[in-house]
Amino acid sequence: METLVEGQGELIGWHDPDENRKWVRENKPRDLRDKRMSVKKAVSRFVHDGDFIAMGGFGHIRVSMAAIYEIVRQKKQNLVMAGKTAVHDIDILIGAGCVSKVEVAYCFAHELRGLSPAGRRAVESGRCQVIAETSNAGYQWRFLAAMMGLPFIPSRNLLGTDTLKYSSAKVVKDPLSGKPICLIPAAYPDVAFFHVPRCDIYGNAQIDGTIIEDFELARAARRVVITTEKIIDNEVIRAQPHLTVIPFFVVDAVCEVPYGSHPCQMPYLYFFDEEHIGEWLQLSKTEEGTKEYLQKYVYSVDDFAGYLELVGGEEKLAYLARVERLEEPMKAPWLKKEKR
Amino acid sequence: MKPEPEYTPTELLACVASKMLEDKKSVFVGTGLPMVAAMLAQRTHAPHLLIIFEAGGMGPQVPVLPISVGDSRTFHKAVAASSMHDVMSLSQGGYLDYGFLGAAMIDAYGNINTTVIGDHDPPKVRLPGSGGANDLGSFCWRTIIIMRQDVNRFVERVNFITTPGYLDGPGAREKAGLPQDTGPYRVITQLAVYDFDEETTRLRLMALHPGITVEEVQNNSGFEIIIPRKVGVTEPPTPEERRLLHEIDPTGMAIGK
Repeated sequence: METLVEGQGELIGWHDPDENRKWVRENKPRDLRDKRMSVKKAVSRFVHDGDFIAMGGFGHIRVSMAAIYEIVRQKKQNLVMAGKTAVHDIDILIGAGCVSKVEVAYCFAHELRGLSPAGRRAVESGRCQVIAETSNAGYQWRFLAAMMGLPFIPSRNLLGTDTLKYSSAKVVKDPLSGKPICLIPAAYPDVAFFHVPRCDIYGNAQIDGTIIEDFELARAARRVVITTEKIIDNEVIRAQPHLTVIPFFVVDAVCEVPYGSHPCQMPYLYFFDEEHIGEWLQLSKTEEGTKEYLQKYVYSVDDFAGYLELVGGEEKLAYLARVERLEEPMKAPWLKKEKR
Repeated sequence: MKPEPEYTPTELLACVASKMLEDKKSVFVGTGLPMVAAMLAQRTHAPHLLIIFEAGGMGPQVPVLPISVGDSRTFHKAVAASSMHDVMSLSQGGYLDYGFLGAAMIDAYGNINTTVIGDHDPPKVRLPGSGGANDLGSFCWRTIIIMRQDVNRFVERVNFITTPGYLDGPGAREKAGLPQDTGPYRVITQLAVYDFDEETTRLRLMALHPGITVEEVQNNSGFEIIIPRKVGVTEPPTPEERRLLHEIDPTGMAIGK
């Protein structure tokens, strides 16, 4: 097959499909095992310096912030992160100096809130390197190829652009249509974290609302850690198996962490804590402010429960639940700032 | 002296964009003003507009402006809370009539840059990258771009093509392998509405906003805009449209106070 265009981006997380099949055969048990552990243990066991990591959810929606803070607390270094719409999750990790490389579909910004001071400072100074560009569909289909056990998936996006030139994709002539077609390489992250509303002790996880790309990512990542609002009985899963998005045999750890997505949104349960995100966006404008934030909210507490107390405890969480249910308007300090 | 208009440029932008969306068609919506415009269309002339968000929201009745294309407002009273693979596949399969995007920088062929200003490594200014924009601009039948216009944002050639417009001219999209008969359809700025000349696929003035002159349009562009013999004038927002805009975005996140 004739290669028409070759992206110059670094190819991360790719394995020969047979090599990955072998890894799966040897490392993923097929029986029901109690996988409960603390976030602290899950992060220390499954995240290693230099690993390629990915977060489920959508950057600031249903992301495992409990895992993010623990990665920061354990001072993991030189991580390569999937910028698959990475928002608040990657901003904190970059600000804390944990991530040195990123493949970008969407990064360094907070959607309607504007650009991320910490992420931009790191990438513009060269401290954090963008090793490849892609698009949201581009990233998502890297995981699709991986979960299918394929070396790549063909697609019709990226074509003709600089996003393609800086990606790890290639363009070939399609033998069927005769047209140029993009080949998006598989990506198998070393570890991926997901935050879900409910999961049993074995790792059968159900999600309410859009599942974004969690279906594919959970089946592509070599190690999968679930943080869950609550642990439910296996019988509850079996009563409504059609709601299961992630089945137990791809899961390595289950951690019960109520409000584990705070300050990000958990659909149907709690809204973004815009006051807290606003505090981060304000403080992260400087290195000193970034350190101050991390010292106050991450290093000075032992775990996520300690952090929840600091951010306003039950009263704040009840308010965020009311905003999510549209019973109260949101308060957002960043709205008073200059327009983006 | 010109009388003070009754509306802000952003309100005008949102209303003009909204009118471009047809009832009973599908639209893939990006963050910010595109959301406002699609929501306004659904509340006015296009109640059966099928709104689709990249994270999986399909056919929602969005209650209040979402902060993100993935937040729970994007699947409020939706027909489905699906996945990105589903939405992107349906788009690639031809189900999306309109794509609705914001942009930082655009060129004469409608190519968009939202990745970097200056070199790639390290960049002078790093922007967010494609997000779903490249996909939307590749797959949707017609792409509508809403943005602010000035000489630094309207450039002859963008230094980085994040999202494909007509690339370097007629036939270039098809030659690159992009789906046939797709591409930028309209560009809406605070000054005017543009389409693309069929012969050259270059940006062409279509209609001026009330009180704006052709000179202002040209002076706020880094390249020569094609000026046809007949140029229209857009309709200003009505008081009812303005009321709806502030109902959609009560905190003024996108529309201002």
